[in-house]
Amino acid sequence: MRTATRPAPLRVPHAASSTTARLPPLEPARDPQQRRADARLLVAHADGTQLHAPRATWYAHLAPGDVVIGNDAATLPASLFARHVPTNRAVEIRLAGHAPRAVDGALRFAALIFGAGDWRTPTEERAQPPALASDDVLACGEVTLVVEASLGHPRLVLLRFPRDDALAWSLLARAGHPVQYAHLRSALAPWDVTTPIASRPFAFEAPSAGFVLDWRSVHALRVRGIAFATLTHAAGLSSTGDEALDARLPFDEPYVIPLATAQAIARAQARQGRIVAIGTSVVRALEHAAAGTPSVHAGAGIARQRIGPSTRLSLVDALLTGTHEPATSHFELLRAFVPDETLARAHRAMAARGYRTHEFGDSMLLFRPAR
Amino acid sequence: MNASRLSPAQGADATTNLDLLPGLRVAVTGGTSGLGHALVAALVGHRAHVAFIARNREALQRAQARFPGAHAIAADVARKEDIHPAALQITGLLGGLDVLVNNASSLGPVPLALLGDTECEAFEQALGTNVLGPFRLTRALLGALAASAREGRGAVVVNVSSDAARQPYPGWGAYGASKAALLHMTRIWDEEAREDGIRFLSIDPGDMDTPLHALAVPDADRATLKAPAHAAAEIVQAIAAALPGPPAARGHRHAAPTFGLRGDADAAWGPA
Repeated sequence: MRTATRPAPLRVPHAASSTTARLPPLEPARDPQQRRADARLLVAHADGTQLHAPRATWYAHLAPGDVVIGNDAATLPASLFARHVPTNRAVEIRLAGHAPRAVDGALRFAALIFGAGDWRTPTEERAQPPALASDDVLACGEVTLVVEASLGHPRLVLLRFPRDDALAWSLLARAGHPVQYAHLRSALAPWDVTTPIASRPFAFEAPSAGFVLDWRSVHALRVRGIAFATLTHAAGLSSTGDEALDARLPFDEPYVIPLATAQAIARAQARQGRIVAIGTSVVRALEHAAAGTPSVHAGAGIARQRIGPSTRLSLVDALLTGTHEPATSHFELLRAFVPDETLARAHRAMAARGYRTHEFGDSMLLFRPAR
Repeated sequence: MNASRLSPAQGADATTNLDLLPGLRVAVTGGTSGLGHALVAALVGHRAHVAFIARNREALQRAQARFPGAHAIAADVARKEDIHPAALQITGLLGGLDVLVNNASSLGPVPLALLGDTECEAFEQALGTNVLGPFRLTRALLGALAASAREGRGAVVVNVSSDAARQPYPGWGAYGASKAALLHMTRIWDEEAREDGIRFLSIDPGDMDTPLHALAVPDADRATLKAPAHAAAEIVQAIAAALPGPPAARGHRHAAPTFGLRGDADAAWGPA
């Protein structure tokens, strides 16, 4: 799906198995509607049975004692248009990672720089930016951002915002836009990428599996005796349009697990309840925090691991996620949950029934077979 | 303030709960004049972390100079396009949100007018500022408030009301109807969000000596009006009382994990 900004098929180091290599493509959802009334859900149970259901009642497939964990990161307006002052050329900045503030206290981000153009051009076909050097200034109106260093690629740099936090955040609020997708019919507005549970601005692209988490379903969980907890994970860019950079995805992503969430997980485990992750970002954070053990502690960390078919999940029992294309890093993560044969069968069934893919598409709920 | 108009939040000891105010993350709309300005002063005095919103940039600069530790944010709550940028700055600068005070109000027609003489645009303006604005901003910040509640910090939304929300004062049609809608929205939201740990309070501060009152009743005897600082102190008490207490029961409030953007240990990228 080379016309879409997300997800450009990501070349993963270990090739997809022959079982999942030649699966039919799913059509992308092209309208930014978070909860379509007719959204569908494929449920793949641990015993191998699969069924199709309306997604609006996704919680009906869980049981009392389970705990549902969502990613409550709000989505930063991570795309900014600026002028590269040394060459006077237009660039697009896409914030891609959190960086240390260092002694001056200024907000810093790893950022991907594109040349002129906008989201209507597929990422892979975007113009290259001018050569970027340390101390180059990028001007957003009257506010200036400074390139501090290259991060191992000509288009990936460490970017310093103004030291005054109020100025930095007002710049993001005024000039920032959500990262856009070429496969959508229209540009995304801030509310299109804001999940109902979004709390602090921390993610670079929406943790879109969380679009299912409206307040009605949060209440439905409570009525059913299913716990609900959250973590905050900096879901990052899904595609860069550059093969060398795509091979580095997902970038390292910081997360924070509140004490209440660690406690909710421990309570569920004590009752033989299942740990249900809403979205791949939650899996990545929880499995990183668990570090091969069946428990997590509260606190902050940086998820650096890749999750794929050879990963032994130590904590998460089920995953509610969007549909993903074979050979993407998200699809590889699904292979840690269910056997390739199960995944291939699910994918063919979804293709036959016209399931939609990408951020605003349909969903899957995968239960991991018992260990 | 008429205590009977508070949602039944009392139960915790408000005096004890004032200990919870240092570090509390609070956003106040209409924070540069009248009651809003007094609220910012009171909250800053209690060492809360405060962000305040107003439209007028000069007034914002003056308030920012007076409260250097607070965050001034330029936005008009009646403008749909301003809501998400304001919410982003609030949660970005404060690292989350525990308390939202929807204080900004519009009188509607000035001078006050009978409904039959009220321009539709003036009525819309009252609804935009007094109902839709608080609805949109609260909705944009509901996730942050719920996260605070889940983490045991508590979460409170205060919607500033008026006796005009209940009494049909002739001449106050646009304002009264909008405040009645705000009051009812507050009651319903309090029912709906209670299980999520978010409390919604409607507070009528009484007739105060404020610019809004002067617009409505230019010839009022100011000596008979309540000082905004007095009403602000009462609202701060009500907020404290609505927070989960006593402090010992919420011990991890101050031990909550540092938000990633604030700590270098959480950052993933360093110089190459």
